[in-house]
Amino acid sequence: MEESLPVFVFWNELKCNFATGFYFREMQSENRPIIEVKNVSKYFDDKTALDNVSLSIRKGEFVTILGPSGCGKTTLLRLIAGFQTASEGTILINGKEITQTPPHKRPVNTVFQKYALFPHLNVYDNIAFGLKLKKMPKAEMTRKVMAALKMVGMTDYEYRDVNSLSGGQQQRVAIARAIVNEPEVLLLDEPLAALDLKMRKDMQMELKEMHKTLGITFVYVTHDQEEALTLSDTIVVMSEGKIQQIGTPTDIYNEPVNAFVADFIGESNILNGTMVRDRLVNFCGKDFECVDEGFGEDVPVDVVIRPEDLYIFPASDRTKAQLQGRVQSCIFKGVHYEMVVLCDGYEFVVQDYHAFEAGMEVGLIVKPFDIHIMKKERICNTFEGRMIDENHVEFLGCEFECAHVDMSDKSKDWEHLSIEVDFDKIDLLDDSEDGILTGEVKFILYKGNHYHLTVLSDWDEDVYVDTNDVWDDGDRVGISVRPEDIRVTVK
Amino acid sequence: MVKKILMQTYLWILLVLLYAPILIIVVFSFTEAKVLGNWTGFSLNLYKSLMNTGAHHSLMNAFVNTIAIALIAATVSTLLGSVAAIGIFNLRARGRKAMGFVNTIPILNGDIITGVSLFLLFVSLGITQGFTTVVLAHITFCTPYVVLSVMPRLKQMNPNLYEAALDLGATPMQALWKVIVPEIRPGMISGFLLALTISIDDFAVTVFTIGNQGLETLSTYIYADARKGGLTPELRPLSAIIFVVILVLLIIINRRAGKVKR
Repeated sequence: MEESLPVFVFWNELKCNFATGFYFREMQSENRPIIEVKNVSKYFDDKTALDNVSLSIRKGEFVTILGPSGCGKTTLLRLIAGFQTASEGTILINGKEITQTPPHKRPVNTVFQKYALFPHLNVYDNIAFGLKLKKMPKAEMTRKVMAALKMVGMTDYEYRDVNSLSGGQQQRVAIARAIVNEPEVLLLDEPLAALDLKMRKDMQMELKEMHKTLGITFVYVTHDQEEALTLSDTIVVMSEGKIQQIGTPTDIYNEPVNAFVADFIGESNILNGTMVRDRLVNFCGKDFECVDEGFGEDVPVDVVIRPEDLYIFPASDRTKAQLQGRVQSCIFKGVHYEMVVLCDGYEFVVQDYHAFEAGMEVGLIVKPFDIHIMKKERICNTFEGRMIDENHVEFLGCEFECAHVDMSDKSKDWEHLSIEVDFDKIDLLDDSEDGILTGEVKFILYKGNHYHLTVLSDWDEDVYVDTNDVWDDGDRVGISVRPEDIRVTVK
Repeated sequence: MVKKILMQTYLWILLVLLYAPILIIVVFSFTEAKVLGNWTGFSLNLYKSLMNTGAHHSLMNAFVNTIAIALIAATVSTLLGSVAAIGIFNLRARGRKAMGFVNTIPILNGDIITGVSLFLLFVSLGITQGFTTVVLAHITFCTPYVVLSVMPRLKQMNPNLYEAALDLGATPMQALWKVIVPEIRPGMISGFLLALTISIDDFAVTVFTIGNQGLETLSTYIYADARKGGLTPELRPLSAIIFVVILVLLIIINRRAGKVKR
């Protein structure tokens, strides 16, 4: 028995290896990511285009990278394509590291926003460009080019001059030129942005169909949230070089993780609220039942309600209404009407098939599962700072006057303080000269009865401000804080 | 009405003033008179004697030299200028601007200055002046013109073309040959023709770099001939031929430029 033991162990190990081997192979075909982006950052001089981005894309997925212009989405795509190299981090395709691999050695092909067809070649030669470089036999090449042309619905166009084609046709040729190489991943950089609306809708459907037929991975960059929702299996929402949320279109739409995502994807009413207890939230001065749990009791939260989830009806039936208000404006949007309703000082955007004219008294109802609660990222501004003297404190790179602080206790660390200022206690001034420091408004969120602004200060710190004044994106403002509004705490 | 007639007259006077010298040369190339200005009846004898290389060996020799220098200089400067243009185009905005400025200096610089400075350079390097130095000098002042004519093509080009080629599996070298060069070819051809005409035309730089080994180009030959007293009559048909050739080249350049715009 003792003698046979090692053999037994060996056999077991073998069996085990065999099993895991199988398991891994299964994993490879099903769940193994085809693209892995690990902690990638990209800097242009001193500008950060991508800030520690990590992303994993499964084989065969249709992934959309969505964000406003300048959010780094195109940079991310260009890093995957190899036109630019990452400043930090690694990128893997099919498990192989390709961070420094030049673009012509990567198993990906790109469709560019402005088509980038070769003007001196006709349609056939454009599509055959990649195959010719691979020295493919002529007969096979012709067969493949024809198949690709058929795929994009451009049969019989092979000898046309590319400059004679319309925008939509050029984009089809560009797609054919990419897919004819049978890449493992197709990268699309806002491919439909230059087309008109009708054409864009048609092409969206065709792209989706193509994705199904080809079975390859699509990575699609767009700033059009509707396009992203229509096309994708997975949406990656980006802002300011960071990934905000990754999820299915339904997840992103129904469960946005923060105010940026909620605001960017579709229209939404975002309000300040308080989680009274599990399943009960207070906003607009009233308690509402909801389905969210685990936030704690009396915790400030952000409440998101989609305009189509608010039910609007004439105010005569007062008993039913959760909120009562007066219609401020009513705009016809084609399929529905969009109304702004003022309830207890809060504005709600409501969409309905029926028009309620401005000035009408109406009631609103929202169902518990249509209320989405988001944890607040912060409830006040928190800065690092230090005391200069008993009446002056330094933070945000500037000196501020503050309420008298008794600094007699020398055991405390007066050099490393935490400074808190409430959102509504920060004054923004038209004339940037008047403030203690200046900043630039970079994100505006309407919260029903006030604006929540993100202001980038001179020293690259974000200052969050609640205000009733109307500012525009990119405005230069002066920032000042009254002495009594600065709360100083020793860490 | 009067205004219109005045405008027309002004235009015609201007055109006559501009083209009269050339017309006179062309007209008097069809007569035999030794002295320019005497019309002794229509004749093609000057053309015949020009073609008869034995009779005017030195003139034809100068002509052949001029063409050879122009062809070599234009070819080399087209290559140099195109590569330089691609390089400059891929610099960052500030570098591109600086290089563009540096490129225009030789164009705006007086020919005499270029000639003298090249002369001093060759002397100080101890290079014997002759055919090679003339070619080198011509390459020097032709290249900036090629850069100037290739640059607009690069600026018009879709910035993604090069990347698209790389993306489809082309090495950087293949992308250059198969995509960039075909795209800038019209600019290169215009640049080549421009370089050709400028080189044929040049006197100031040539005279400083031609040395004293007996090498003559058309411009230096004519200059020397005129100083000897009286121009060789065969110069008239030769000038007429060169004028026509240059005219044809110019028309081609302009047509190409027109096409590019469309």
